[in-house]
This record gives sequence, structure tokens and C-alpha cells, in this order.
Amino acid sequence: AFFWLVSLLLSSLIWFIAVKASDPRDESLQKGLLIFGVMFSVLLQEAFRFLYYKLLRKAIEGLVALSEDGCSPISIQQMAYVAGVGFGLMSGAFSMINLLADTLGPGTVGIHGDSQLYFLTSAFMTMVLIFLHTFWGILFFHGCEHRRWWEVVAVVVMHLAVSGSTFCNPLYVGSLVPSYLLMAAAATWAYVLSGGSAQNLWRFLLCKS
Amino acid sequence: MITFMNNSDSEEEPCNERTSLMSAESPPVPSYQDGLQASEAGEAQAHRKRRTGSSHSPNNIADGDMSDSGVPVRESALENEEEELTLKYGAKHVIMLFVPVTLCMIVVVATIKSVRFYTEKNGQLIYTPFSEDTPSVGQRLLNSVLNTIIMISVIVVMTVFLVLLYKYRCYKFIHGWLILSSLMLLFLFTYIYLGEVLKTYNVAMDYPTLFLVIWNFGAVGMICIHWKGPLQLQQAYLIMISALMALVFIKYLPEWSAWVILGAISIYDLMAVLCPKGPLRMLVETAQERNEPIFPALIYSSAMMWTVGMAKPDTAARGPSQQTWDAGEDGRDNHRSPSHADSQMSETRSPVPTRPITSFEELEEEERGVKLGLGDFIFYSVLVGKAAATASGDWNTTLACFVAILIGLCLTLLLLAVFKKALPALPISITFGLVFYFSTDNLVRPFMDTLASHQLYI
Repeated sequence: AFFWLVSLLLSSLIWFIAVKASDPRDESLQKGLLIFGVMFSVLLQEAFRFLYYKLLRKAIEGLVALSEDGCSPISIQQMAYVAGVGFGLMSGAFSMINLLADTLGPGTVGIHGDSQLYFLTSAFMTMVLIFLHTFWGILFFHGCEHRRWWEVVAVVVMHLAVSGSTFCNPLYVGSLVPSYLLMAAAATWAYVLSGGSAQNLWRFLLCKS
Repeated sequence: MITFMNNSDSEEEPCNERTSLMSAESPPVPSYQDGLQASEAGEAQAHRKRRTGSSHSPNNIADGDMSDSGVPVRESALENEEEELTLKYGAKHVIMLFVPVTLCMIVVVATIKSVRFYTEKNGQLIYTPFSEDTPSVGQRLLNSVLNTIIMISVIVVMTVFLVLLYKYRCYKFIHGWLILSSLMLLFLFTYIYLGEVLKTYNVAMDYPTLFLVIWNFGAVGMICIHWKGPLQLQQAYLIMISALMALVFIKYLPEWSAWVILGAISIYDLMAVLCPKGPLRMLVETAQERNEPIFPALIYSSAMMWTVGMAKPDTAARGPSQQTWDAGEDGRDNHRSPSHADSQMSETRSPVPTRPITSFEELEEEERGVKLGLGDFIFYSVLVGKAAATASGDWNTTLACFVAILIGLCLTLLLLAVFKKALPALPISITFGLVFYFSTDNLVRPFMDTLASHQLYI
């Protein structure tokens, strides 16, 4: 969570400088800067995810060295999951919490002509992003662990795609549907990578031991 | 009520308890030392000493007998175990500290956001005499710096005073001071707080009921904090008084002064704990020399160690556990003692050294916990509360400061495990908190607002 926060800080610093240095009245330029800011932020988030991976790697090595039987008490997959959850929660919290505070106010959503589904779609979008961050964490760490760089690149591309799809808002079908599809794909991929299979799933659902 | 708080000479500053993060260490078993700085404000001059110590699992104690005279072979074999246990318990200790710090912050933020009393300006304390309603920025800055200097010097004076009192064994005075300050906190501030909360929610309350409630609350609190009581109740009371103290600070410190004071306090903490002639360090060393328990009223401990009847003569062999304690000062001066390292206390933790432990071990295992000074709680909550109060109504800033402080606490505990001596708990967390507050408020907020208005997601 902290790492995500730092990446957000740096990316907003860049955007802020860019905005201050540019003409505030030029609408399309502002929009362009915003898009640039978003993309840059995504790249920075992934960079920080990588840094976090490096840090955790070192930590695991330290733990293994200290432990009695050569096994670390926490595996890299667990760490991947936790890292993903941390990123997701932080990004979700930052996206949602001001909105939630506003929901306590008067019920005038969309009264100026904006979409009335604003809160609803924001909630869904945030949820899908949190899930995605979790899955991306697992995929990313797995890719780094086994040196399969195409997995890492896939995660970055997916993130960019999801962020890019939000540019279609308020045409919500353009952003929510692809994001959910991507989430389903990422979920199955992460599940398979973590050792799951259709068999496991079936047994779990039938509550067999 | 309110007048009492306004610029009256007899008004005493709430006691500040300093918290220092100290890990208690017994030589064979590394433990965490949390130096805590507790600054306690109270009406009387009460000094509280805080002490934190964390002990490691008794396993090592049990099998090894980690006394100073330990066999070298066993030492080295045990050292590895200890280190691993250190890390394991380190993680546990971190969680044990996260929960109370989070709770305190939640209480403060919830109060700030709902009860408007604590964000209204109703005068200033006598420790910050310079007003910030000046026309120019330079003047305002100057005033806040002067306020800070006055506050910090008050704290330094009180700390030195406390150290002298302790050195010359004026225990009764210190006890009386502590009791007076916690008395004030528990009764007066609770009364004010309750009054304001009831006003906010428009709940009617009659005086007899109020008297009954506050009397019970305060009396049980006094007993729990200064004498014996269930651990969780004591922890709850300590969290509550830290929150009350933090709220008072948030209300009565002018804006810029508050930020400058927070920064100055962390620097002071750093110096007082790490410099050889620092007051807190001297305090700890004196307590170590005398092998005395420090006053429990100023420290939050996550596990209780009842040492009555448990002191064994071979605890000395075991190695004293270090505690850090800061004396908090209540009363007129806001005294902050930097968090400081611990002094070795042998009697408080003394697992039975040589016998194979049976029940004692478990007892000790549970009793090993981490101690954090109440001052640290207070200052963390002040930072987060100020962020909640003044950050243009933005929750992101509050959240960012919260995460920053917790990460700082983590790092401090990590350093504690590495260096194995008392470290100040304030500097890292407060630095992170301040950095994140100012950057989030000025940089991240416009970015996130623009993103949210276009409903873009990153």
C-alpha cells in the first residue's frame, strides 16, 4: 500500500508540474495532459510493483537464511497475493473514499446532466480494479520469479488497457465490460499459476476433502 | 468549561507522555526496545515514565538460560534461534502495536470530523502565546517558530526536572504528579468531551447521570492505570486518554505552530534518545542502575507482566531487560521526552531462568509484549487529526498520513530489531507523515479530483 502511495505521489507530482507549466485555458491540452498523467501513473505503479518485488525477494532471502530448516515462513506466492491486495486496497480507497463521503450529502447525483449512475459505476469500477490489482500482483511476481518477462509485459499492457478503457466514461459499456472480461481472464490465469485446476475447483465446490 | 481552557494561567498543559520505542532486551534474547515518548498533558505536573520493552519468547530463556555467563557454544546456537524468534515476534509486535495506534487515530479522526468543537478556534494555550492571525506570511512563520521554541524549551525543562527528581529519588512527588495529571485527564477532559459529543448529537443528559457515568469512568480508569486491572481495560483507557490529549492539542495549537512543533519534537526526540547526555537516556540509565521498575502509567503495554512474586534472584543472570521510558510531564509544561532507549530491567521480566519452564513459560510467553509510550500515540494522532481537520475536507490526505505513520512505525521496529537498543519512535513516522500530508494535500489532491470528475481510473 505504501509503495502504491509513493508511486501515486510521484506521478501526481509530474502531472502537477506539467499542468502548472502549461496553459490552463486550453481544454484539449489539459485533456491530453491528463491522459499523459494517467498513462505515466500506470507505468509508475508497475515500476513500483517491481521495486516492491525486489524488496520482498531480499526479505525472503533473509528469512530463509535465518530459519532453522531452510524454509521461509512465508512463501513468495503469499507475498505476491498480499502485495496485490495492498496495491488494490490503496488504489480502491483513494478512488472511492471521497465519493463515499459525498454520498452522505444530498441525493443530487447527475443533476447537472451527468450520468445518474455515477456512484454505481464508480463502485463497480473500483471493485474490478481492486480485484485486478490482486491478480496482477500474483501474475507479476510469478513472471519475475520465473523470468518469464512476457507475463510481466502482459500485466503492464492489461493495466494500461483498463485505464485506457476508462477514458470511454461516461459510456460505461466501453469501460466496465472490457474490465470485467479482463478480470475474469486474469483471475483464471492467476488461479492456474497458483496451482489450481478445474479439478481442484470442482472438488472445492462439492466440498470434498 | 471552555474558559478554563482559555489562556488561563492555572491551566496546565495536558501532560505529555513521551513515547519512545524501546525494546526490552535481555542479552541472550534480543527483544525489541521501544522507546516511547510520552508526553502527557495534565493539569498537574505529573511525570510519567514510560517504558517499553518487549521481551522475547521465553523459550530461549527456558532452555538456554541466557544469562551472561552462558556457555558460549550454547550462546551461538541460541543466537540464531533468537534472531529468528526476534523476527517472528517482531512481526507479531508490529501487529500488536498497529491495532492500538489505529484505534487511537480512528477515535481522533471520528471526533474531529463529527464534533465541531475541536476544530473551532477558541483561544490558545499559554505555551503558544504568539498568535497566528497576522497579516503577512513572514510574520506568521516567525510567530509559529517562536511558539515552537517556547513549547520545546518547556518540554526540555520539564524533562530535565523529571530526571533530577528521579535521580534524587523524589518518588512521592513523581507519583503525586502522575496521579494528578491522570486525574485531570480522566475527569475533566472526559467531561468536556462528553459534553461536546452530546451537544453535537443533540442528546439530552441530566447532571446526576452524567456525574455517575463520569465518576465511574474516572475511578475505574485511575485504578486500571495506576494499580491493577484487566489488561484490555488498561489498554483501552490508555488509548482513550491519548486520544483526549491529542484532541486538546489539535484544538489549541494554532495551525502552522502545530506542524512546526511536530517537526521539532521529532528532532528533539532523536537527539534526546541518541545523544549520550540526553535527558531521557540518563533517565533510562539511572533506572537501569537501580534496577527499578518504572511507572506504568505512561506506557502502553500489549502484554502484562505481573512481576509481583516473580522476581527471581537469577534474573540478574538472565540479563536485564531493557526498558525505555520517558517521563511524561503533565501540567504546566508540555514536556516531551523523546523516546528513548531502554534501561535494563531485570526484575520485570524474569522468566525462570534455569528450570525447564512449564507453566511459567507460557505465562511469560503471553506476557511478552511490546510497550509503546503514550506520547507517541498522542503525536501520531495529532498529526492524523490535524490532517483530517485542515486538509480541505479530503479523506485521501488523512488516509495517506495514516499509512505513512504506520509504515514509519514498522520501519522503526525493524531498526529496533537490527540495532537492539532503544530508538526514538517519533522521527521516522512523523517525517513520513509530514511529507505525505503536504505532498498529498497539494499535489495528489488536484490530480485525484480531476481524475474523479472525469471518472478516469489509474
